[in-house]
Amino acid sequence: MALDPTKAHVVATWKLDRPSNTCRFDPTGKYVFSGGEEATLQRISVADGARKPFPGGHESWIFAIGFSKEGTHAISGGGDGRLVWWETASEDPKPIRKVEAHKGWIRSISVSPDGTLLASGGNDAVVRIWNVADGTLVRELKGHARDIYSVYFHPDGTSLFSGDLMGVIKQWDISSGKEIGSYDAKELHSFNGGQLVDFGGVRGMAVSPDRKVLAAGGLYKATNPLGAVHEPLVQLFKTDSRELIKSQITDGITGGVLWRLIYLPDGVLMGVDGGSTGGFLIFWKAGEDKDYTRFKLPNIARDMDLHPDGIQVATAHHDSHIRVTRLAE
Amino acid sequence: MKRCEYACGSAEHLIARRQFLGVAGGVAAGSMLGGLGLFASPAAAAQLASDQKRVVVFNMHGGLSQLESWDPKPGTETGGPFRAIPTSVPGIHISELLPMTSQQMHHLCLVRGVNTSEDDHGKGAYMMTTGRREMPGADYPRLGAVFSKALTPEDSALPGHVIITPGGGGGRGNDSAYLGPRYSSIVLGNGNPPANTQRPESISETIDQQRNDFRRKVNERFLSRRRTAITDAYTYSYEQALRLMRERDAFDVSKEPAADQERYGQHDLGRHCLLARRLLEKGVTFIQVSHSNYDTHNENFNFHIEQLAEFDKAFSAFIADLAARGMLESTLVVVLSEFGRTPNINLFYGRDHWSKAWTVAMAGTKLPRGIAYGKTNEKGTEVVDGQVDHANLFHTYLQAVGVDSMGSFNVDGRELPIADPAAKPIEALLA
Repeated sequence: MALDPTKAHVVATWKLDRPSNTCRFDPTGKYVFSGGEEATLQRISVADGARKPFPGGHESWIFAIGFSKEGTHAISGGGDGRLVWWETASEDPKPIRKVEAHKGWIRSISVSPDGTLLASGGNDAVVRIWNVADGTLVRELKGHARDIYSVYFHPDGTSLFSGDLMGVIKQWDISSGKEIGSYDAKELHSFNGGQLVDFGGVRGMAVSPDRKVLAAGGLYKATNPLGAVHEPLVQLFKTDSRELIKSQITDGITGGVLWRLIYLPDGVLMGVDGGSTGGFLIFWKAGEDKDYTRFKLPNIARDMDLHPDGIQVATAHHDSHIRVTRLAE
Repeated sequence: MKRCEYACGSAEHLIARRQFLGVAGGVAAGSMLGGLGLFASPAAAAQLASDQKRVVVFNMHGGLSQLESWDPKPGTETGGPFRAIPTSVPGIHISELLPMTSQQMHHLCLVRGVNTSEDDHGKGAYMMTTGRREMPGADYPRLGAVFSKALTPEDSALPGHVIITPGGGGGRGNDSAYLGPRYSSIVLGNGNPPANTQRPESISETIDQQRNDFRRKVNERFLSRRRTAITDAYTYSYEQALRLMRERDAFDVSKEPAADQERYGQHDLGRHCLLARRLLEKGVTFIQVSHSNYDTHNENFNFHIEQLAEFDKAFSAFIADLAARGMLESTLVVVLSEFGRTPNINLFYGRDHWSKAWTVAMAGTKLPRGIAYGKTNEKGTEVVDGQVDHANLFHTYLQAVGVDSMGSFNVDGRELPIADPAAKPIEALLA
């Protein structure tokens, strides 16, 4: 079936008890996990929508989910600063391991392409690298001044990107733990002098299939941060020189933020947007300033993940649902 | 001065912060009873004369979330992502966003059952600072003006009513209503010294002295024949300006020890709280420190992380210092907003305006320490015990520093109740 975002349509809607913050397919594509405005992780069977709660791991909301390479274990990160390991397919889920990983929220986790390492970042401005197999700390990466909003392993596995509230993106060498460069995405940060708040941040990152471009997503034009008036923005950087190539915008979305970015195999960048204008999947072609198509979701969206089949996208929604959208007929 | 911008576009404080010129708008300021005459008893007045009571208000502009601060509901659908942490008082828990403040809880008095039934910024702020609902044709003095009149010694070299704002310029506030301009606020925009209090370099000290001597001479001649309350207020404003120029150093927070500046935080609020401590020690009666902005209809949790990190460091240091220096016995501290925020979490991770069940924190003077008075239900949607409103709180603030809140100001022969006579203080906190 040919990938065609212009044909996007919702094929499944699954109810949760609480609004969802984040969702991820497991590597086999059999399940989608949701972390929401509750302390319990939720697993949904893609085949039939059957839901299984994973209680007892957290004392706060869950903001991030990752998996071991074969998908046998799920790892959740929460507002309690805790990483929790679970058996993915368990019918009687219990935490396998709890690691007090950060002071303050864990906002993002990323698993290395070879599945051996997990990076976590959060409000303590420290990135930590963990051994997926046993939960031991491999190294700490310090250098950010403010909350880390997103972490993302380079597809080659040798480096890691971390983006913070101020629009600073750092690239770290995994083997040495040293910073090897930084990207200036300050357009994704705003300070409102009237409301006296820092706002925005690097909410999502992705590297293009040809590995020449780093995309960073978030928001700009934050004329009223406390009132949700801001627009989604993507900034594209060259991965060799780390220079800004261009910004990609969306006309007509006056209230929105990009929560995550994913490159599709054909080089199209997909972003999930949520805000006062609604929820959208937005698609940009490489080299173009504006999106070429967008799909309006039934409710404001907060995260997404691409199924291993490359055609289905799960989205996390405020209305306590996970939806699956098919990017084809 | 700079106006606070609200997420919901409220125009509140446009009028309240209006500048005014000289004393043209003020009348009768010199004809009222004031100062220590307002205390509940002569004995109290005598005591307070040697132990002057002072008041500090932290105004959490926009509406601090009670759920992310003083009255957390962790694990409920309204509780949000933050945990509750134990405090220095067994049994009292507050949000994990206030870890340093939690260690000062034994000095604090939380009033968790506030219901003001007013979700408008401007109206809520008016109620919380005057103790009354806003009504057409009537205006009431704000807290600072009332305390300035009631507590400031006549011979005080410094103003009795100071407001420290997060930004903007300085000037005078229009917030004393019928008490007159003498009691209106002096605004320290971003904690800077009062505007126009530095002698221009082009005018020598000698010439300046001669100018003022001449002014006094002409004034005395005029006043010997036509003295009125207005002329007295006019004269007072000049003399107060001169005193301010002499005492300008009192407003220079950089003179505080570097270690204290670090302890309070290297941010505006830290500097403003340290300035408040300095001004208290210099004898200023009423100081309001504003922290902006808590009107978090969007991303409430991110913004409370950001704002309360500043507040926690500065406020906890401030309370600890007042306690260590023996100043809490004579200083009332109040942390208020115009209202709280909704238990419901909206689709933007925000909380909206909520006045039906929220918290005011207090400390000092005769208030009990280390208690939480009043209670909200499991989800924080309603008060289930110890419900109070703005008027009860206003009476309580006054009574806490020994002012008879059931008394009156005598303005040009008119008896004007200091606080709403239909309301009462929270007796349980004043025993």
